[in-house]
Amino acid sequence: MSRSPGRKQENHKISRELFVLTYGALVAQLCKDYEKDEDVNTCLDRMGYSIGVRLIDDFLARSAVKKCRSYSETADMIAQVAFKTYLGVTPSVSCSSAAGNEFSLILDKNPLVDFVEELPAERASLCYCNLLCGVIRGALEMVHLAAEVTFLQDRLKGDAVTEIGITFLRKPEDRKHKRN
Amino acid sequence: MAIFSVYVVNKAGGLIYQLDHYAPRSDTEKTFSFPLDLVLRPHDERVVVAFGQRDGIRVGHAVLAINGAEVNGRFTADGKDVLEFLGNAANYPVSIRFGRHRLSSNEKLMLASMFHSLFAIGSQLSPEVGSSGIEMLETDTFKLHCFQTLTGIKFMVLADPRQTGIDALLRKIYEIYSDFALKNPFYSLEMPIRCELFDQNLKLALEVAEKAGPFGPGS
Repeated sequence: MSRSPGRKQENHKISRELFVLTYGALVAQLCKDYEKDEDVNTCLDRMGYSIGVRLIDDFLARSAVKKCRSYSETADMIAQVAFKTYLGVTPSVSCSSAAGNEFSLILDKNPLVDFVEELPAERASLCYCNLLCGVIRGALEMVHLAAEVTFLQDRLKGDAVTEIGITFLRKPEDRKHKRN
Repeated sequence: MAIFSVYVVNKAGGLIYQLDHYAPRSDTEKTFSFPLDLVLRPHDERVVVAFGQRDGIRVGHAVLAINGAEVNGRFTADGKDVLEFLGNAANYPVSIRFGRHRLSSNEKLMLASMFHSLFAIGSQLSPEVGSSGIEMLETDTFKLHCFQTLTGIKFMVLADPRQTGIDALLRKIYEIYSDFALKNPFYSLEMPIRCELFDQNLKLALEVAEKAGPFGPGS
């Protein structure tokens, strides 16, 4: 999938089915490799993390966004710009804590689970899209924002909506001299 | 209009990529007879011209080669001390090549980390909170433009002072980095970039920026 040099801002499209199938094959293979759901979830999170640390520079280079000055700006940026650019969906953002550091993204459409109805009985606690959590966590870490990202609700597990929770952690030391 | 070099510095201040795109070659080779009318003196690990500028040999130029054989710091290829060799009438006539000493890779590493520290100092000296670091360093022969990404990587471009479009070029280099370095699964973050595609695309981008010339887009 190499691009010709001198290319402008065109989006190099590949088939969405191929992407969804690839992700499905990945999760299926991980399920074969690991017995426990927690192991599969951890593995997906780690993979997502290594994607996220690289994806963030691609996002910043192409979207030329300014630095976010607050957690809510950051959460909005993730939902409205990043999700839109990479997955084509726009989750809605809501702040779920008085301290202003916990946010949840509600996805009503998730392209990754288009062809998945529900989880098999023996895989009841599998977080199918845990890769996304890792991606968000990795990307935020590279811009010096430590966060915990988990699935709070999942349609595949029978909940009403799919909800990703982002909790920004306060770092103990002062970040002033790193953020310039 | 020329772009002289590109440096990429990682978060810790280490140089991970360096490209010399255009180095104005100003070597001069001349044959001299005893006594030498240039005044030479040792400087660091080299022998440089201290006085007696003439014919393209400028003050500050280092002795690069004697009789065609490259010197090794302050010693000739045979191991003799350069100043002693040139002080001995029996060795004349001798052909000496003078030129501007090019930085070794160690020196570049050191200078990149020094710039990284100065960049941080620049943002701290600012009377305003949340200022950026050094964005441009201007001298009479070149301008150094620096762009720091939100992830902490710095891209520096040294160019002719009249060259325009460097801001756009820096953004383009960021894109090329995010494409050909980061998307290469065998490239580890923060490590020296050894990706062929990155080199090729960077050189292409530099050529495009140079051709745009002083009337190019942006500033």
